[in-house]
Amino acid sequence: MNSPNSIIHVRDLRKVYKTGKVSVEALRGVNLEVPAGEFLSIVGPSGSGKSTLFHIVGGLTPATSGEVVVGGCDVSKAGDDGRTQLRRTQVSFVFQKFNLLPNLTARDNIRTALHIAGRSSKGFETDLHDILELLGIAGRLDHKPSELSGGEQQRVAIARALATRPAILLADEPTGNLDTANSLAVLELLRDLNSRLGQTILMITHNTEAAEYGHRVVHMRDGEIVETRSTRG
Amino acid sequence: MTFKLVWENVRHKPLRTLLSVLLIAGPVTLILTLVGISHGFVEDSKRRSAGVGADVLFKAPGSSLMQFSAATLPDKLVGALAAEPHVVQATGTVVAPIGGFDSMIGIEPTEFNKMSGGFVFVDGHPLDGPDDILVDTWYAAQRKLKIGGKFTALGRDWKVAGIVQPGKLAHVFARMSVLQDLLGNLGHVSQIFIKLDDPAKAPEVVAAFKVKYDGYPAWPMADLQSLLSVDNVPLLKTFIDVIVGIGVFFGFTVVSLSMYMAVLQRTREIGILKSMGATKGFVMGLILAEAFFLGLGGTALGIGLSYVTKSVMMAVAPASLPQAIVYGWWPIAGAVAMGAAVLGAVYPGMLAVRQDPIEALAYE
Ligand SMILES: Nc1ncnc2c1ncn2[C@@H]1O[C@H](COP(=O)(O)OP(=O)(O)OP(=O)(O)O)[C@@H](O)[C@H]1O
Ligand SMILES: [Mg+2]
Repeated sequence: MNSPNSIIHVRDLRKVYKTGKVSVEALRGVNLEVPAGEFLSIVGPSGSGKSTLFHIVGGLTPATSGEVVVGGCDVSKAGDDGRTQLRRTQVSFVFQKFNLLPNLTARDNIRTALHIAGRSSKGFETDLHDILELLGIAGRLDHKPSELSGGEQQRVAIARALATRPAILLADEPTGNLDTANSLAVLELLRDLNSRLGQTILMITHNTEAAEYGHRVVHMRDGEIVETRSTRG
Repeated sequence: MTFKLVWENVRHKPLRTLLSVLLIAGPVTLILTLVGISHGFVEDSKRRSAGVGADVLFKAPGSSLMQFSAATLPDKLVGALAAEPHVVQATGTVVAPIGGFDSMIGIEPTEFNKMSGGFVFVDGHPLDGPDDILVDTWYAAQRKLKIGGKFTALGRDWKVAGIVQPGKLAHVFARMSVLQDLLGNLGHVSQIFIKLDDPAKAPEVVAAFKVKYDGYPAWPMADLQSLLSVDNVPLLKTFIDVIVGIGVFFGFTVVSLSMYMAVLQRTREIGILKSMGATKGFVMGLILAEAFFLGLGGTALGIGLSYVTKSVMMAVAPASLPQAIVYGWWPIAGAVAMGAAVLGAVYPGMLAVRQDPIEALAYE
């Protein structure tokens, strides 16, 4: 059952994609409990349904069946507008491809996120001082994405994701497009954000070393969770 | 922030923005130019009819205030009308259309000068010989006429005797007797202008004329002044309506295509905004705001360009196509452009709203 301190509760989650006559069963009965403040790694081969799980938990697409409760919001019962609200207030995404708005500076990317979340962006640099300091991008805010390195772009994306103070951060292969040094920096950052600010983080990764940064590692295969284990940390 | 998003989008694709703005400006300029010419023409007509100095206008049976009938008035009516109570002076004129919107007016120089206060000569001398004509400065500029120069009209060569200040009945004047002869209408005039001892008596005098000269229409000149408006010029109103319709269609189409392309190009960005929780209203608002912005730019540019067409008209055809700047039409032309732009963006906006965020994010 829904354990009281779970911020994410997933029960018998199924997702079927129908494209024409072919239907793909991307998730076949996933069960998952994530307590608030956890840093959870998700690994598994390509096509095992990792991103699909994120998209449903983050309200980008509806589940086919099953129960999904995120931050007290029953996502499985929510409609389009309900899922938009979830994205607006409860969860933030960080993607492999950074996905910054290319025409806007780093600062305006962050301000756009605040604006959409219905928060004032006045003086956000003071409010977010800790995060910006931790991410080391305070001096790069006036640059557009094209003027930033991949590592910097991903750090801006993380700042943008966290600016709205989401309950959950969903990072889908955040280091997938970064070199080793930048990957390490981002992973360290995620760990710091988790330990210092208590940020709940779910991270998909293909890298086994990266997965070790989480408290637990969930292993997916063919749309199911086949193994869950705690890391040494 | 919405403004910033929109602004950065239009700034990021300057060519698309410029092209859209230019294409929206087109119909705005077209509307303002045509309305400007209509108003300029009417204002000029008003000014010229007031410049005659008459209080009552008397015409041949079947004529209306704005149009002539084929019939003419016998010369001797001028004398009869001059003898009526309150009438100080009566003078006939002959109207001969010389193509386009232009007419040559035959006048009895002494009588006409007495009523109107006389021409103000810029150059040359009053009507003298039978071939002499007077033209006003606008007509002289339009037809590049000089003193002593030749002017061909009504199948005959005229000589420009004088160039006068505009504002008195017409742009081109000849001796009345010469025109009557030429039109085969000796002893007849097209209309009679009447001056009274008291302009306020005009309605009273007109009423008396109606009884005495049954079938002959007469109007106080003040009626002509108030009747001279764009709405009363036949076809002009319809014409302007058609142009406005073209403007709406054009603006709608331009913005539809432009925003449709923009939505496709920005599929990924829209997906990003949605992943951050942007609502349907927010996404639609962005698209509509951008269209509004393009419409606003097009309106501003269109207004600017209407000054250019004005200066072109005043250089090329000041007499036939005097273009006024009609401020009252700025908001109308603007509403047409921006309304069409925003309407044109509704469908592209709906496409953006309906886009699946996951597919949009996967879009390259
Ligand atoms: N929008 C979609 N339409 C149809 N099928 C889809 C769609 N998205 C995912 N799938 C299918 O669902 C399955 C799971 O895809 P998903 O993207 O969740 O895998 P993944 O574990 O994230 O893989 P990767 O490691 O390559 O990112 C795959 O077979 C995929 O082809
Ligand atoms: Mg994936």
